[in-house]
Amino acid sequence: MNDASHGLEFAQTQVARASLDHCVKCTICETHCPVSAVTPKFTGPKFVGPQAERFRHGESVDHSLDYCSSCGACTLNCPQGVQIAELNSQARAVMKADHMPLRDRLVSSTTLMGTLMTPVAPLANAALSIKPLRTVVEKVIGIHRDAPMPKANTQTITGWLKKRKKPATPASRGTVVFFHGCAGGYFEVETSKKSIEVLEHLGYEVLVPRQGCCGLAQQSNGLFDQASDKVLKLCDELRAAGKDLTIVSASGSCTGMLKHEAHEIMGVDDDRLKDVGTRIRDIMEFLLELYEEGDLPTDFAEVPLTTVYHAPCQLKSQGMGQPALEILKLIPGVEAVESGATCCGIAGTYGLKAEKYDVAQAVGKPLFDKVRDVNPEFALCDTETCRWQMRKGTGATVEHPIFVVHQAYGLS
Amino acid sequence: MKTLSADVVVVGGGSTGAGVVRDVAMRGYSAILVDRADLGQGTTGRYHGLLHSGGRYVVSDPHSATECAEENEIITRIQSHAVEKTGGYFVATHVDDPAWGDEWAKGATDTKVPFEEVSVAEVLKAEPRVNPKISRAFKVLDGSVDGWQLVWSAANSAKQYGAQILTYHRVTKIERDGDRVSQVVCTDEKTGEEVRINTNFVLNCAAAWGGQIAHMAGCPDVQVVPGAGIMIAMNHRLTNSVVNRLTYPADGDILVPVHTVCIIGTTDQKADDPDKLVIAWDEVQQMLDCGELLVPGFREARAIHAWAGARPLVKDSRVGSGDTRHMSRGMSIIDHSERDGLKGLLTIAGGKLTTYRLMAKNVVDAMCAQLDDPRPCTTADEQVPGSEDRKNYVITHRLEEREHDRTEDQILCECELMSKGMFTRALADQPKGNFDDLRRQLRLGMGPCQGGFCSMRATGVAHQSEHIDIERATGLMRLFLKNRWIGIWPILYGDQVRQTALDNWIFQGTLDVEHLPGPTHEEVV
Repeated sequence: MNDASHGLEFAQTQVARASLDHCVKCTICETHCPVSAVTPKFTGPKFVGPQAERFRHGESVDHSLDYCSSCGACTLNCPQGVQIAELNSQARAVMKADHMPLRDRLVSSTTLMGTLMTPVAPLANAALSIKPLRTVVEKVIGIHRDAPMPKANTQTITGWLKKRKKPATPASRGTVVFFHGCAGGYFEVETSKKSIEVLEHLGYEVLVPRQGCCGLAQQSNGLFDQASDKVLKLCDELRAAGKDLTIVSASGSCTGMLKHEAHEIMGVDDDRLKDVGTRIRDIMEFLLELYEEGDLPTDFAEVPLTTVYHAPCQLKSQGMGQPALEILKLIPGVEAVESGATCCGIAGTYGLKAEKYDVAQAVGKPLFDKVRDVNPEFALCDTETCRWQMRKGTGATVEHPIFVVHQAYGLS
Repeated sequence: MKTLSADVVVVGGGSTGAGVVRDVAMRGYSAILVDRADLGQGTTGRYHGLLHSGGRYVVSDPHSATECAEENEIITRIQSHAVEKTGGYFVATHVDDPAWGDEWAKGATDTKVPFEEVSVAEVLKAEPRVNPKISRAFKVLDGSVDGWQLVWSAANSAKQYGAQILTYHRVTKIERDGDRVSQVVCTDEKTGEEVRINTNFVLNCAAAWGGQIAHMAGCPDVQVVPGAGIMIAMNHRLTNSVVNRLTYPADGDILVPVHTVCIIGTTDQKADDPDKLVIAWDEVQQMLDCGELLVPGFREARAIHAWAGARPLVKDSRVGSGDTRHMSRGMSIIDHSERDGLKGLLTIAGGKLTTYRLMAKNVVDAMCAQLDDPRPCTTADEQVPGSEDRKNYVITHRLEEREHDRTEDQILCECELMSKGMFTRALADQPKGNFDDLRRQLRLGMGPCQGGFCSMRATGVAHQSEHIDIERATGLMRLFLKNRWIGIWPILYGDQVRQTALDNWIFQGTLDVEHLPGPTHEEVV
């Protein structure tokens, strides 16, 4: 690897590796790992993290580490501060540097997939639901034929923004920037629309700059070069909207990429990322901050709803608690039941892959069961791919918690 | 009492003794090696793991430099499984004079030590943790070697040629018949039985203990001065190459990656008794400062174990008796027929692990000369058992092995990835061995938890074997923990404190290990 990129060099040598010194072998991470609980194919976070890392140099020999879903439950629960998931993500990037399957490049090109699919949405949706075609896809590039796939929309968020009527309420609270992410731009467009409408209802002017992908999918597939380029380009785009403005996002995992993953996993050490990373808020986190300062109107209409709320792993790893749950408690009629599940199994693109599909389904099973028990029709979850996984696994309608807030403010 | 006989008795189961018994056996003599403890339990197992390129000695000891360069090539080849070809650098840190590099390079050229001057950028690209303030660097062929594997594979080679290896046999007396050696008297430490070995020739390879052995044969005042040095193992490899300071040999000038750890060393203090070496607090601090010079942040990294070893330095009238650093690293052979009028006894000392095979050759040549029985040395020409495939060790070996067998074979020592199968096989080979004997072959308990988790698992598995009852199993575990502790407390700071606290809660708090019913006679050594 003579032309190893900065990200890979970082992965081979740096910060997370130093944190392995904190491991006392207590095994708490292993008891929280949703993957090793369902399959012996994964050796578990302590094994592939602080233990195996001491044996790594040169050729990668422990290919089972690719069974790590990067859900981050290990890092979140480690009482000693070992960056276990980060170690694993870095080791995977080093492993794949020599041999990157085409599949891992394709599923991580989320913008590409979205731009290709939107103009021909009905066709794309039909194609994705045709079994024989999916079988070919599985054979050729290794995406499982039953894997949950996003539903393409006929309209992108930019299309909606161009065509919609400008909000009637004047912007009394100032300006925020909205970051919709790829999924929020192409697939989960309703979440973006509702988020913007709630922010505008609260009195914010919402700027939506032209924006690309955060690179998370490449990062979790070990493509650090492309991911680093993407995340910095995105920072430029978000910064162009205005200096010092709060950036709000309803795309939980992409927010995590900007807040900490790009820096901690790939070693991106850039003032632009630091600037964006400190200004960005998850939308439910943003609403909770307003509430705690006494600035959130709580004139919520009653919404009769009993539902499972699942806090995704990539949201939990941001270390901000579960703000959606706090906000939902303020809405009369809503009974949100915590899922209690560590991870839904999809973990970004993990559960799409043929060899990991069964593992991801097994990881998600306790969550699916919980949804069936509490309300088989409807559930809530903050991140896009998790909602796809939950829809696929339960048949329920699964939406972002902002849907409930939107309704409670009388906007839908 | 048991009586044995052999052409040659080799006293001492360190690298020299193992090399010597292999050499005499390959030359067709019947041979028995005796050691008061296990193979590699003394100085051979207590060093920093460096297989010298020779670079360290190109200015201070040119003869040794050339020997190291030649032997490095041979050992890397014939004992490939024990040697990792890490490569090494000599770097001038910001407190070193880069101009000294010219003298060093001239020395390396003169002594035929292969080297290449490289840019600082190249070093930092290969070893990103090395101090960016270095001003000059040379690349050399340093390697790292597992001293125990080196010794065991040499001993196993000797066994293939008919030699016997008697560990835990303490020499108590060397009998003479007139002006000749006639018998070596030992005590079997495991049974208490006296063992007498009739022989014509004794090769004293007891190194730092060589003076004591010579004295037993009635040859007083052999001056082998124990030069004590401490070393500290860090939790993981901070560098993957050997990093040496580009200076005249000094304390703490070498960082060596060995297996999963890297080792900073060493100091040099004259010791009175090689069995009573101290790991002094100020020497620990000195080593950490030296590490910090080579790798910034070294003091924040986790140290897991410290130990001291005793170099067998033969007293040299040219240097003061307390200045062990500048006593010769070269080997010395003492012919007791000339010195004391006793035929059939040669003492060898000095030298270094890298040149152990050459030392063995030289002393066996001297024996053949005294016996007027010239037989050629062939030890450089044949692979030792286990290295037939000529593949050198790489750090990823065990990770790759466990990747294949982890679902079938439980892992007992997680830090060092030692499986249950590895442990039970080694125990079957050495049923009377203690856990430290097994550790030296398996690396049991040598990782960050220092036995906290693996020792109780090993105890349970050992108890399942037919030889070990519950009391003996408890005794084995207690002895192992006690011996680990010797190397833990001197470096008890930072992350290792948290580990030690957890281990302590497990063993004292949960198992109350000191009050478990144990054997009437506790295991020793």
